Amino acid sequence: MGDSTFTFLGLSSALWQSLGLTLRLAAITTLILGIIGLPLAHWLNTTRARIAPFLETLVTLPIVLPPTVIGFYILVGLSPQHPPGSWWRDLTGEPLVFSFTGLVIASVFYSLPFAVQPFQAALRGVPRELLDAGTALGARPLRVFIRLHAPLAWRGIAAGLTLGFAHTLGEFGVVLMIGGAIPGVTKVASIALYDEVQKLDYASAHAFAAMLLVISFALLLIVTLLQRRRPA
Amino acid sequence: MIRLLAVLAFVFAPTGRASETLSIAAASDLVFCLEALNREFAKSEPSVSLRVSTGSSGNFFAQIKNGAPFDVFLSADLIYPIELIAAGAAEEKSLTRYGIGRIVLWTGRTDLAIDDLASVVRDPGVKRFAIANPDHAPYGRAAKEALERSGAWTEVRPKLVLGENIAQTAQFVQTGNADVGIVALSLVIAPVLNHSGRWTEIPSSAHTPLEQGAVLTRRGVSNPAARRYLAFLSTPAARTIFDRYGFSLPRSP
Repeated sequence: MGDSTFTFLGLSSALWQSLGLTLRLAAITTLILGIIGLPLAHWLNTTRARIAPFLETLVTLPIVLPPTVIGFYILVGLSPQHPPGSWWRDLTGEPLVFSFTGLVIASVFYSLPFAVQPFQAALRGVPRELLDAGTALGARPLRVFIRLHAPLAWRGIAAGLTLGFAHTLGEFGVVLMIGGAIPGVTKVASIALYDEVQKLDYASAHAFAAMLLVISFALLLIVTLLQRRRPA
Repeated sequence: MIRLLAVLAFVFAPTGRASETLSIAAASDLVFCLEALNREFAKSEPSVSLRVSTGSSGNFFAQIKNGAPFDVFLSADLIYPIELIAAGAAEEKSLTRYGIGRIVLWTGRTDLAIDDLASVVRDPGVKRFAIANPDHAPYGRAAKEALERSGAWTEVRPKLVLGENIAQTAQFVQTGNADVGIVALSLVIAPVLNHSGRWTEIPSSAHTPLEQGAVLTRRGVSNPAARRYLAFLSTPAARTIFDRYGFSLPRSP
């Protein structure tokens, strides 16, 4: 870790570092949300499997579940004292909890419904006939999905990705429980702000809080605009 | 059915029907000790209903300064109570030194020698070392000082995980997510944790003494039960409990 310190826009280098870390966490989480969320949303929309309602409920669970429940299970479940945490430790030499990878796993789980639900709605909104036309022209289901279905639903998909990104920025309780506030690794923006308040450094807390407010507002504005300007 | 109704009544009934209520904010090193203290207090004051919140002293300091509804504040240091007094948020003459906190090196791993702080830090098998956040937790400050004096501070930094308070730090070690940590003696000595892992005391000469104080908040001044509770903290019965939890007696003033 470089010890060079500076202040920019009223924020210390440590706060900029935590902001950068948060954006990186949100970007990686969003990427994974897209990769697993889109097929999942499509499958949930089309399957008749009996476990589908249970899976859908499971995916939605983080919306209502207290973050402390998720934090507790991750803390105990991924502990290096037993598998799978011990496998991870043998593989990488580091425990999963308190690692960036651990935060990514927690964030994907925690933000999944915020991406999958808009995905599902968007995919459902594409007229059936268009997709049937694609199939009639001889395209395979995967090709229909990639070339026709997903592009036609792009607004909703973009909204879901943005919401997943924004929700990861807003994560606090889970990270407080499993992060350990390691600068540059797990000390994300919300935790850094909490620490500034605890240190009674209200000046930088104000600057940082205002910045997070602006970023979150801008992200939600994007979601709103995406959803308002539906194609006629 | 009647049983179910009784449970529901308990769950949804407004609390505080006892004749007097007393809200206590306590540093999280006291989480187990306080249970014993409050059981003792309840023997002589059965009509007082106690509401206990535990957390980091720094957090309570900020909350009380901003008018949080606590009557008594037991801090893990003397700085926060004194600052509260200076800010007019606590009563000066109520300041009671209740103990001196001790820190220990604690591990749940059976294969780790924990006699020497610096060699634990340098052990390549130690990937994660837990301490409380030194920015706002008194035990974190003491841990940082001990690590600095052992000469291992720069080496431990990349291994550090910071607990929000000392109880969370202990929980990092207890769940095995941190290999080792510096926690409060009062936690590992408690019956609940006594048998998990091993600990060695860090000499009190290795850090500034963790002198701990309790005060009446501005709100607590008008609560007679709060004043009686503070007086209770100095009784022989309470002192016995403090001693049992590793809070050595403060030197007589």
